[in-house]
Amino acid sequence: MGESAVVAGQIFNGISVGSILLLAALGLALSFGVMKVINMAHGEMLMVGGYLSYLTSQHVHGPLALPAAMLVAFVGASIMGAILEFTIIRHLYGRPLDTLIVTWGVSLILQQGARSLFGAIGVDVTAPQWLQNSISINHGFLAGVDLPYVRLFIIAVALVVLAVVALCIGRTRWGTMLRAVHQHREMAAAMGVNTHMIDLAVFALGTGIAGLAGSVLALIAPVTPTVGQSYIVYAFLVVIVGGPGSLIGAALAALCVGLFSSTAQIFTSVSLSDVFLLVAVILFIQFRPKGIVATHSRLLEDA
Amino acid sequence: MPKSRALKVIVQLAILTGVGFAPFYLSAYNLSLLGRFFALSILALGIALIWGWGGMLSLGQGVFFGLGAYCLAMYLKLVGLGAGDLPDFMEWSGLSKLPWWWAVFRNPAVALGGVVLVPAAAAALLAWLVFHRRVGGVYFALVTQALALAFSTLLISEQAYTGGFNGLTDFSTVMGFHLIDPSVQRGLFWVTLGCLAAALVFLQWLVGTDFGKIVLAIRDGENRVRFLGYNPVPYKVVVFAIAGALAGISGALYMLHAGVISPAMVGVVPSIEMIVWVAVGGRESLVGAILGTLLVNFGKDWISSAIPSLWLFVMGLLFVLIVTVVPKGLSGLWSRDARDWIAVKVFRRPPTSRIPALTEPSEEAKEAAITSAAAEAPTIERRERLDEA
Repeated sequence: MGESAVVAGQIFNGISVGSILLLAALGLALSFGVMKVINMAHGEMLMVGGYLSYLTSQHVHGPLALPAAMLVAFVGASIMGAILEFTIIRHLYGRPLDTLIVTWGVSLILQQGARSLFGAIGVDVTAPQWLQNSISINHGFLAGVDLPYVRLFIIAVALVVLAVVALCIGRTRWGTMLRAVHQHREMAAAMGVNTHMIDLAVFALGTGIAGLAGSVLALIAPVTPTVGQSYIVYAFLVVIVGGPGSLIGAALAALCVGLFSSTAQIFTSVSLSDVFLLVAVILFIQFRPKGIVATHSRLLEDA
Repeated sequence: MPKSRALKVIVQLAILTGVGFAPFYLSAYNLSLLGRFFALSILALGIALIWGWGGMLSLGQGVFFGLGAYCLAMYLKLVGLGAGDLPDFMEWSGLSKLPWWWAVFRNPAVALGGVVLVPAAAAALLAWLVFHRRVGGVYFALVTQALALAFSTLLISEQAYTGGFNGLTDFSTVMGFHLIDPSVQRGLFWVTLGCLAAALVFLQWLVGTDFGKIVLAIRDGENRVRFLGYNPVPYKVVVFAIAGALAGISGALYMLHAGVISPAMVGVVPSIEMIVWVAVGGRESLVGAILGTLLVNFGKDWISSAIPSLWLFVMGLLFVLIVTVVPKGLSGLWSRDARDWIAVKVFRRPPTSRIPALTEPSEEAKEAAITSAAAEAPTIERRERLDEA
């Protein structure tokens, strides 16, 4: 395998890691951007999605197994998110650091719950037959590069979700109200926007997308009680780099973080690439403290 | 000295003496636990300072705890060795020469200085990098959490230099004393208690100074402080560095009590657990931070030895309940209102407390103030009448 093939392979890996990060970070960016809520239990929504798709795959077989699993994961995780928002987070608006602590507590409970229900060892979801092949490049300077269908599928899912969310926010009435709440909550409320409903919907949508991410992640890695924790820190770095409340920013940042860590792994070990990633993010906020796409605002007190 | 202040000092000294005699009435096991938790309380004091007074939530205090502990542990690892020898794990990993940044810790003065200065410098650098670009509190929390993750993975992966997952352990002597000797254990307990008392007195003094008042003002209105001509960045950096140094001292003392320091004690989860201690005790109270640390840790020891799987549920619930029900923690229950209520209802005396509230007035209080101001302001009719007159 040539050097260019190694690089190309890692770039492909980076894009595929980036698309999972995008799915994980979209909900975070939405809920932080609109509600100023830091949801530490977001990673556990990913885990919930993974376990739900495992349970679905136990009962549904045949060609419908994967779509059914994804649907169940999305709906289940968004219901959990809605319950979380309605019972706890609603009462903590304006206290972002407190929401961070509370949701961390929720994430501990969910993790331990999963451990008691499913055991500490992960469960596997087998990808359907049509996803088990891969495109292998055998000729030319990229000879040896392997593109598994599963990873291509994940990239496609991420792109579709991004497009759907962008359309919802940019083209629907609900999206207009959401943008109004994002820009100025009190003003939007004065104009008759039901901000409580918007918050609930945003939060449920975000956790639902995380659940979806969990169900596609289950295709390539076992679902464990701590699967969410291993993604959450990176997802937060994506939100920092992308700038809260910007879809394009989140997408670009997810791609950057994914590419950065997988190309860094060509030169160094996995754990050192974590360290370099953090250093890169800290250096990045020296230049663009509000992220790639900064939302301009005349308000003095920003988050 | 006013009477109440004198009473307070007498009470504090009495408690200190009572605890100081603990080695004579506690079992060796409980004494060791108490010593460890006192060491952790030093770190909790630092969190109360940066979080309660400074408004900065750090999810990476484990990093500074670890830096302090590793500095001293490196010295302990080297002290028993001959000039050319290597610590055991280095030999296993095939290193042939001691790296220079290990060799400097052969000197006890460097090691003791490092316990304070290395974490303080790291904390100051981090705080400066984040705050001088006016990156806000939430981002700071997330960056510190990423730092905790990076630090613990780094420690695990660089096994040849850090001892990897097992960390540094198997120390025999400290400054010529044998660690397992009961009298040394007792001495260690008193040293820890002394450090804790010193840290408490220092912070109580610090928050009363002008410096402390500005830190408090930055927490409640950073932009207003800027408008008044202060640059908040140096204040935040210094406060964070102090908390880092306290975490380092705490880590070194804890490492002496436990006889081991490993990456499992410095990662993301232990770092956020440290926040619970302070949240339970009350972030706006220094004594509360100590009590919270003792309470949560003794509770953890008790619960996790009885039903191990229950502990994470309990901790998760603690997080949720404390923040939603008693956001000021247990010491918040002993608030001004509560003390005034007791003074008036029980002792039939006028309210005595003179401690200024640390937080903004509640929404109700603000609304009440606005309503009463509106009631006193001249209405249009009244003003017209005034104009006519």
